[in-house]
Amino acid sequence: MKVTLNVNNQDRTVDVDPDTPLLWVLRDDMRLTGTKFGCGIAQCGACTVHVNGRPRRACVTPIAALEGAAVTTVEGLDGAEADAVKEAWAAFDTPQCGYCQSGQIMTATALLAVNPSPSDKDIDDSFAGNICRCATYVRIRKAVKAAGEKLEG
Amino acid sequence: MSPLDTVAPSRRTFLTGAGALMIGLTLPMKTRAQDAALSATHAYNAFVRVGADNLVTVIVKHIEFGQGPWTGLATLVADEMDADWVQIRAEHAPADNDLYTNKVSGGMQITGGSTAMADSFLLMRKAGAAARAMLVSAAAEAWGVEAADIRVEKGIIAHPSSGQSATFGTFAERAAGFDVPQEPTLKTPDQFVYIGKNVPKLDTASKSNGDAIFTLDVYKDDMLTVVLEHPSVFGAKVGSVDDAKARVVSGVADVKQLSTGVAVYGENTFAALKGRKLLDVSWDTSEAETRTSDEIMAERVAAVKRRGAVAGETGDVDQALASAATTLEADYEFPYLVHAPMEPLDAVIARRDDGGIDVWMGSQAPGFDQQAVAAVTGVEQAQVHVHTMLAGGSFGRRAQPMSQFAAEAAEVFMAAGGEQPVKLMWTREDDIQGGFYRPVTAHRMRGGLDADGNIVAWDHVMAGQSFLYNTPFESMMIQNGVDAGLVEGGSAIPYAVPNFNASCHILNCPVTTLWWRSVGHTHTGYTVETFIDELLEKGGRDVVEGRLALMGDHQRLAATLRRVAEMADWGRSLPEGHALGVASVESFRSYVSEIAEVSIEDGVPRVHKVWCAVDCGIAVNPEIIKAQMEGGIGYGLGAVLFNELELGEGGKVMQSNFHDYRSLRIAEMPDVETSIITSDAAPTGVGEPGTPPIGPAVANAVRQLTGQPVRKLPMIKSLKA
Repeated sequence: MKVTLNVNNQDRTVDVDPDTPLLWVLRDDMRLTGTKFGCGIAQCGACTVHVNGRPRRACVTPIAALEGAAVTTVEGLDGAEADAVKEAWAAFDTPQCGYCQSGQIMTATALLAVNPSPSDKDIDDSFAGNICRCATYVRIRKAVKAAGEKLEG
Repeated sequence: MSPLDTVAPSRRTFLTGAGALMIGLTLPMKTRAQDAALSATHAYNAFVRVGADNLVTVIVKHIEFGQGPWTGLATLVADEMDADWVQIRAEHAPADNDLYTNKVSGGMQITGGSTAMADSFLLMRKAGAAARAMLVSAAAEAWGVEAADIRVEKGIIAHPSSGQSATFGTFAERAAGFDVPQEPTLKTPDQFVYIGKNVPKLDTASKSNGDAIFTLDVYKDDMLTVVLEHPSVFGAKVGSVDDAKARVVSGVADVKQLSTGVAVYGENTFAALKGRKLLDVSWDTSEAETRTSDEIMAERVAAVKRRGAVAGETGDVDQALASAATTLEADYEFPYLVHAPMEPLDAVIARRDDGGIDVWMGSQAPGFDQQAVAAVTGVEQAQVHVHTMLAGGSFGRRAQPMSQFAAEAAEVFMAAGGEQPVKLMWTREDDIQGGFYRPVTAHRMRGGLDADGNIVAWDHVMAGQSFLYNTPFESMMIQNGVDAGLVEGGSAIPYAVPNFNASCHILNCPVTTLWWRSVGHTHTGYTVETFIDELLEKGGRDVVEGRLALMGDHQRLAATLRRVAEMADWGRSLPEGHALGVASVESFRSYVSEIAEVSIEDGVPRVHKVWCAVDCGIAVNPEIIKAQMEGGIGYGLGAVLFNELELGEGGKVMQSNFHDYRSLRIAEMPDVETSIITSDAAPTGVGEPGTPPIGPAVANAVRQLTGQPVRKLPMIKSLKA
């Protein structure tokens, strides 16, 4: 099945099994490897991307559903939220193993785009689907708040 | 240089000093002449390379999967070189058990036991100091001045009296012509510029923008992606396979029966996954472990009713128990635990033009993995090139003493003909159900108090599986029926008790088990620290003061306890429904005390805050130490609260993914405040030592809240029971 979608501001057409999750199209067909596989059942958030601006688990999103959609991966992330998040991530040296961090950053930028001053509860709710086995959660929380303050500032 | 490219070292000079820089060598990097930068890159020893582009590359023999060895070991080199931090890069060392041996952990190239800093502190400083001396010699020669008159600061070599100065890159080539000094002068601590300060981590940026390359991100032309159907019962073998439906899936290239399961080869990942779902495999369970985990536990619970092989002994514990004024008995049960690193196991294998083999994987013991791949492929070990990759966590999972995963990957490669590149990828289900768990253990504690409440007897019996039989670690770790990894933290305790006995029973079974973040200390630390809490309270003691009074020979641990008690303001009044619990555990020669503030919400302990004090000797990278305490606490907390891998009817694994093997999530993560004890002792590790105290600290708080000790994990199950 041929599907045309916009990935990181580029129109891309792929011809794949319609059931193929977006995750494997990004990785195998487009070699956008920043988006990770962690569970395959939308439990861990390592594959979080933005579809039409909102966070989505690429591992359970079939490519057939994305005709005409705009997809942003960590590689294509830009703008004020992205800059603020990356700066804050560096300030707290947030990543440890780093494998989940693309997903965390996609969640962070999506949250801050709609809510630049999130409460702890807002952060808990937004990141509920993003597991970090290194438990960098303390620094994620601090970095999200710092990025928000920067955006507000 | 791409992380996927490494250049094999060829030894030129061997230095045989008594120092840590045992083997010096140069790596002629001019073999890659097409790369202008690399063509002028020079290695001064096995650990440092300097390029004409002025970059200093630190070769790190310990895998970076989150605990910080890239930044940590590079800090040592940069400091002794007086480099500018911005010119520092790190990469993993190739496989070489001699050159890159870990002297603290078994004398082979292995990452484990929180030993990277302890093993490399002097070694990497000497490597950096040697590189600096060679650059200074080169500058002195070029400028015709005395080396003693040259200064180096922040990557600039200068001769103040003549006003000359240059970058490292300027003299990169000339410096390589000098002999590697065997015993270069090292700095005194007051001269450190990076050690003890905070440098930005080398891998943060690439892990924040998608650039960091993990094994799963390695793609080769014409590569097949492979998933394996493994048995869901331990010890089962493939009986018969019907792969007809799998083979018709578009993109499935082949299906092969291998020794560990049935491999589906896909032209892409989804085809392999889809094909695997359509396999019909019947398993031969005649030699399998068909007991449930409850039955396996019952065997261990029965075993600890009598004393086992003695691991530690003082005085006469039986007599002391018999004459004690008060006694306390407690039985503990600890379940199988999965490591569940974010990146499940994976490897890429390809044939080189010269017939050798390239292996890309998150190798925790590259020498072993190299050996295993050589054995399966029939290629000379030296022709197997292990490219250690950044890995998405490990927590012990990638440290396989028999390299079972590397061997499986090699078998996958050979079964497809041994020419076409393959990527073997375990899914989360393979990870959760694939064994190599933290072993099930049972403990029985008996303690005795005299009439004044002093602890006079301590009898600790442990039963669990040893995963070191028939491995290179057996002779080192198992002696007289005692597995040092099973009893660590239990065979000796930091409390002075006049009559002490610790013993163990090793009960093996086909369920594969392995090290797990802090290993034995997860269950011994829990047992010792909850039992001492109960005994002290029974004897009318404050549990902090009582511990301190017994820590005579363990003053570094005592100092962390005093510090953490100050931080948490131990003894203060708390909000209604809150309690504090404390625990102190020495593990891997680091000392950690933690206090947890806990309440119970809907039957689940809620940990609001954890205070942590750590003494790991000289604090090379304070923020990394703090981050590792946070991570170790979160990892341990999730496990004690939620985790249990169960074998059900017929020995079938019950859990399969994060929906039923629950990971700690952000809302459950407490705030953590860490204080580092100032020390001039040699540095020790921080990857694991943060983990053991959190379980007992939370349990001790829960006991204050409920009046009931939690002696069976996970806690949510015990609290609901």
